[in-house]
Amino acid sequence: MEDIDELLQEFLVESHELLDTLDESFVLLEENPSDSVVLGSIFRVMHTIKGTCGFLGFNNLEGLAHKAENLLSLLRDGSLSLSTAMTDALLATVDRIRRFLDVIEATQHDEGVETADLDARLVALAEGRPEPDAETSADAESPAESEPADDLPLPAIESADAGRVGDLLVEAGDTSRTAVEIAAAEQQFGDQRPIGEILVGQGDVGEAELAAALDLQGSADLQGSGRNAADSTIRVDVDLLDDLMTLVGELVLARNEVMQLVGVNPDGAFAVSAQRLNLITSELQERVMKTRMQPIGTVWGKLPRVVRDLAHQLGKQVRLEMEGKETELDKSLIEAIKDPLTHIVRNTVDHGIETPDQRRAAGKPTEGVLRLTAGHEGGQVNIEIRDDGAGIDLDRVRAKAVESGLVSVDFANAMSDAEAVQLVFMPGFSTAKQVTNVSGRGVGMDVVKTNIEKIGGSVEVRTSAGQGTTFKIKIPLTLAIIPALIVGCGGRRYAIPQINLVELVKVDNDERGRGIEYLHGAPVFRLRDRLLPVVDLRGRLGGSEPEGTDCDMVVLSAEDHRFGVLVDDIYETQEIVVKPLGQVVADAPMFSGATILGDGRVALIVDVMGLAQETRILSGGSDATALREGAAAASLSDVDAMKSLLLLSVGQGRRVAMALSDVARLEEFSASQLEMSAYRPVVQYRGEIMPLIDLAQDLGYGRAMAGDDGGPVNVVVYHHHGRDVGLLIDEVLDIVDEQVGSTGNGGTVVVSGRVTELFDPGALPSLAALDRELQLQEAQ
Amino acid sequence: MNPAVHSRASERQLCTARVGDLLLGLDVLSIQEVQSSNDVTVIPQSAPAISGLINLRGQIATAIDLRVVFGVAPRPDSDLIQIVVRHRGEPVSLLVDEIGEVMTLNDEIFETPPETVDSLTRELVTGAYKLETELLLTLDVDRVIATSSPGAVSGQ
Repeated sequence: MEDIDELLQEFLVESHELLDTLDESFVLLEENPSDSVVLGSIFRVMHTIKGTCGFLGFNNLEGLAHKAENLLSLLRDGSLSLSTAMTDALLATVDRIRRFLDVIEATQHDEGVETADLDARLVALAEGRPEPDAETSADAESPAESEPADDLPLPAIESADAGRVGDLLVEAGDTSRTAVEIAAAEQQFGDQRPIGEILVGQGDVGEAELAAALDLQGSADLQGSGRNAADSTIRVDVDLLDDLMTLVGELVLARNEVMQLVGVNPDGAFAVSAQRLNLITSELQERVMKTRMQPIGTVWGKLPRVVRDLAHQLGKQVRLEMEGKETELDKSLIEAIKDPLTHIVRNTVDHGIETPDQRRAAGKPTEGVLRLTAGHEGGQVNIEIRDDGAGIDLDRVRAKAVESGLVSVDFANAMSDAEAVQLVFMPGFSTAKQVTNVSGRGVGMDVVKTNIEKIGGSVEVRTSAGQGTTFKIKIPLTLAIIPALIVGCGGRRYAIPQINLVELVKVDNDERGRGIEYLHGAPVFRLRDRLLPVVDLRGRLGGSEPEGTDCDMVVLSAEDHRFGVLVDDIYETQEIVVKPLGQVVADAPMFSGATILGDGRVALIVDVMGLAQETRILSGGSDATALREGAAAASLSDVDAMKSLLLLSVGQGRRVAMALSDVARLEEFSASQLEMSAYRPVVQYRGEIMPLIDLAQDLGYGRAMAGDDGGPVNVVVYHHHGRDVGLLIDEVLDIVDEQVGSTGNGGTVVVSGRVTELFDPGALPSLAALDRELQLQEAQ
Repeated sequence: MNPAVHSRASERQLCTARVGDLLLGLDVLSIQEVQSSNDVTVIPQSAPAISGLINLRGQIATAIDLRVVFGVAPRPDSDLIQIVVRHRGEPVSLLVDEIGEVMTLNDEIFETPPETVDSLTRELVTGAYKLETELLLTLDVDRVIATSSPGAVSGQ
């Protein structure tokens, strides 16, 4: 019983593999429909599947494979030539066989998969052009198994394999090389018989020997791979490889410990042995990692089919070019990038590449080119997906992002093109004018990005109108062992993955005060005249937060954002073995794992993305933009000496000012977005209801006219006790720097020669009323 | 099977440990090892009962301080006695004050947690063996881990 299960398992695995190769073969075949080698290999795959099915008693599947085989045999011997209809039917057969395999896997029977339609199609196509040879196929249609030996009368195939039959016979010692060469020469001089038969005719080889050789040849062919590959490789359970990797990881740690001991006592035989241990460990680590490596081609193999089907469906012409198929990366990563990659490719064919008419109109060749490149670079793998299509329409991206409420109008307009294109990665984003069944349902690119980032990779997109779009994916070679920088914080050590590291900076908090500055209460650092948001890891990680002393800063990048992290010490870079945090603590947001250092102590691995999110450096596109805008405004002025003021106009021409540091954001709503709640106007903003305060009324300037004329409504967003409150204003006039004394209500400043009231938003009467309402609501 | 025979045959071997003035017992079969070490790497912002991570011969185990779990006064700085158990395939280390002997106990003296035990403790044990001098509480490791992990803490 177990034997049968094992047999079945093997059949399923092998059939899936064979079918995967078929996808690629069919696409090759379409380019060159008369390629007898490809036809032969497709035929053999179908034949193998049919044969095994018969053996295992899957008669329904056998029947289908048999009909496909018939058609293929007609194609192979040239009695029919391949048409698109045939390719479609054969590909459909491949899909149907996959379904069979799934059913078989689940139920161990091949019942319940409909085949009548395909059967009819295949038979009709096979009979479509009744050539004399159709007689032969009619024979083959009888239940008699078409053994490879049946193929003997077909000279085309036999001569292609002539050398091999000869070789096999020579190898078996049945004949001499000379005899085979003579036979081959005979063939060249017009002998129509296959080489084996010539040899038999010459009396060099007996019928039995020839049959044995043909069997051997047949079985080698049927396995779909050369004998050499079969002999020199074995299947290994991935779990076993995972275990090996874990063990090597532990060996690496033990090695690190030993090397640290050698550091203390660096002479003698011990040091020599340790050195050897070191070398062997490194080599072993490399080899074991290699066992888990797979060429990226295993993922790409499916893409030609995807592109072909999609292009046909959409009436487009797309040529897929691939370079660097052999680039290897860890199996777990291969699995992880499979879906994102397919998704990007589908998207590209659907949105990126234009229809032949559009391309012709744009003066491009009708056939679009989709180019995949992969290669290693500095311990990581770069994958590029480039098309020569229309490019991403950035204006539409902006408009769409605003429309779907992802960003506000102002921010969309303020964005650079490079920033705007990143919007496609935001959740819920789609620019497809129509939702097709291919893409455009608004799920996808954000998932692509998350999935790639989950494995420590990054994805960026560049586009130029009319010339195409390029997606660049960077992923680490392996997840198990990564280079990391060890830093010290509050007496503990932490590992920061090198992939996130940009640079190391020494921060001097000298008397010039050019160390860490504060903007909106958030620490920032001026790095080469750009403001860098800063996280004080020393405070974050529970240690003390030393003030005013010199410290080290590690500049990190998460997505496209850079930020600095203050630490106490910077140690060295090390190869660390990544270990997952236990389930008990797995939801620690700032750490992605742990590792064991050379001295045997455990160090936590900082999750740079998590840290950025936790500290709100990365809390969404518009926030990041707001931060940058704030930073840009502030870099105009000297934050320490002067106060930046936002100059507003309220109540028909009255000028008032508020501290820029009190401003969370500036927004513009259309009058129709304003709604009335029980007490005051509100607006839906970032998934919450934001109360609006009429600033003019509160400051005693009468009612503001905002929105009454149906025009846009300008709002200053202010953070009040952890929630957003909108201040209705007429318009923003300017941002100015002024020497300011007190900031209470009623204070005045002179701005460009005019007296301007400076108000403290926290002291507005409406806010106090709002607080009371909230307390009431909570009390209920 | 005859229930009388079954109950007589039903004996358990428990490894005992002290936390404050509590005497706790764990099934010997559930224990991977007992070790003493001082090197605990604290996880910032983790739940209070999680003392941190320890290196268990190349594997990383999460350490849970049973003193915090049972609400006993904090431990003086000394070597930590750790009982390592497997929880869903990964090692979890339970910090105790001292480790005691392994006792073979008959189920006849076993009872579900008595009312005299305070409610917090009652939640974390499956029952008690009535020893001559005191009660031996059998630790419910799953409950202990569940109440220590952040998800459970936030639900309080």
